This record gives sequence, C-alpha cells and structure tokens, in this order.
Amino acid sequence: MTEFTLSFIVGHMNYWLFTLLMMTGLYIVVDKGNLVKKIVGLNMFQTAVFMLYISMGKVTGGTAPIFPTDMNIDPEAVYSNPLPHVLILTAIVVGIATTSLGLALIVRIREEYHTIEEALIQKIELEKATREIREFGETMGGPE
Amino acid sequence: MRSLFAVAMLSGAFSLLSALLFVTLDAVDVAFTEAAVGAGISTVLMLGTMALTARFERHASHSPALPLFVVTLTGAAIIYGTLDMPNFGDPAAPVHQHVAPEYFERSPHEIGVPNVVTGILASYRGYDTMGETAVVFSAGVGVMLLLSGLRRRKRKGDPDEDTQNKGGKA
Repeated sequence: MTEFTLSFIVGHMNYWLFTLLMMTGLYIVVDKGNLVKKIVGLNMFQTAVFMLYISMGKVTGGTAPIFPTDMNIDPEAVYSNPLPHVLILTAIVVGIATTSLGLALIVRIREEYHTIEEALIQKIELEKATREIREFGETMGGPE
Repeated sequence: MRSLFAVAMLSGAFSLLSALLFVTLDAVDVAFTEAAVGAGISTVLMLGTMALTARFERHASHSPALPLFVVTLTGAAIIYGTLDMPNFGDPAAPVHQHVAPEYFERSPHEIGVPNVVTGILASYRGYDTMGETAVVFSAGVGVMLLLSGLRRRKRKGDPDEDTQNKGGKA
C-alpha cells in the first residue's frame, strides 16, 4: 500500500490538479447542451492532458532542452525530457484540426436544424421520427 | 454563463495561461505553439462559428447529478492510477531513463540543431510529423466539404440572412 507522506502528496499534486481540470472539461462535455460549449470543454480536457504529459517530462533543476548555439555542451547541465514536448507539439496541431472539424459540423447542424442546442435537436429528431412512423408505418408493416 | 462570446474569450485566456504554465515546465516550444494555436486560431474559429450560428445559450433544464457522478467516478479512477506514478520532477523517473538520454547524446553530432525538440520532431520522429500533416490535411478537406455549399444554400433558402463564411483551414 502506498504511504501518504508529505513528499508523496506534494509530488503527486500536479497529477491530481490536472485530473481535476480534465474532469472539469469532461463535465462540460457531458452536462452542457450547447454544442459550442461542448467543444470548449473538449479543448479544456485536451489541454489538461497536455499539461499532464509536460509535467511528466519536467526534471527538478532542469532547463529547456536547447543546447548552446556554439554546441559546447556542459556535461553538468540538466535538461528536461524533450520527448513529451515533441509528442504534445504534434497533439496540439492535431487538436486544432479536430476542433475546426467539430466547429464546421456545428455550422452544418445549425443549417439543418436551426439550433445548436442538443435538447432541441433531439426534440426535432423525435418529431420527425414520429411523423414518419405515422405516415409510413402501415406500409412498412408496423402496427396501425 | 449564457454568452458564448464570453465563453470563447475565456477559453482563449485559459489557453494563454496554460502556455505560461508550459514555459515554467521548460516546454518553450509547446508554449508558443499553444499560445499561437490555442489562444489564437481556435479563438478565431470559435468566433467564426458563433457568427454563423448563435451568440447565446438557451437555459438547460436537467439535473446535473448523473454527469457529476460519472465525472467523479472517472476522476477517482484516474487519481487511483496516478498513485503508482513517480514524484513530480524526479530525475530517476522511468520516463527519463529509456530513450531520452540517447537522444541527448546523439542529436548534437547526428542532427546538429541546438534545439533537441526540433531535432527529434523533424528528424528522429519525422514520420509522426508527416502523419500529423496528413491529419491536418484531411481535417481541412473535411471542413471545406462541410462548409462548401453553405453560402449557396443559404442564399437559396432565406436571402436576408448574413452570408459571411469562414475559411476553415487550420
């Protein structure tokens, strides 16, 4: 079993705070009915994941992983881990690509339903389905 | 908060603050990408979407109990998972032991670029970056396909509505 010493708690506080932020984003995605707000929540979730990864790459007393321009590298120098940085750079760009696609979908949904509220979209869908069942239900072999 | 404009602005401010956090965590490349992309482009895209859709949110009327429960459960599971993680800033953490020292050792004479992040991104992990450009390209094509007929269809439907369009390419 893990011991909850002070150094353990302080050393894990970053993971816990970023988890809190991540869950705030998830809550927005699940709870809010407005589609633009859902995208904002998704972005928050994403940024929290980025923070989690970057915080794993940090080394105490380290600096940004950039050598001096004359390439005279001090063997004593401590650098943070560059691998999470590379991964997250790629992830940010992919993230904006998915965000723009999601926003374009919202524009298209608004064109079709004249609303960007999830509840209203579901209501319209239900009305449409009920109307179609009433109209075509018999010919499709349903009851009545 | 009902005003989506305020939501977009706050999300831009959030991105800028997270960029500052990345600077303090030694990830300067990530910080300026986040500042440019997160605070810049995504705010612009969001404002463009608002111009094409709606500026205010309607009042939602449902209980937040179930979402809160789901979120708390997920968060608890994630926090349970972090209990095995090494301490923050620990130089002996497994993530610093495997390939990172090798990159530090090899990149000065193999790549010759002072910035190790650039060296890995463009050279050692060049295929990842190529895949990333493929993703951005397909997202751009998707956005264009979704929005291409918008102006024409709008004009046909109701001619009075504002027909400003955005170039969705990221």
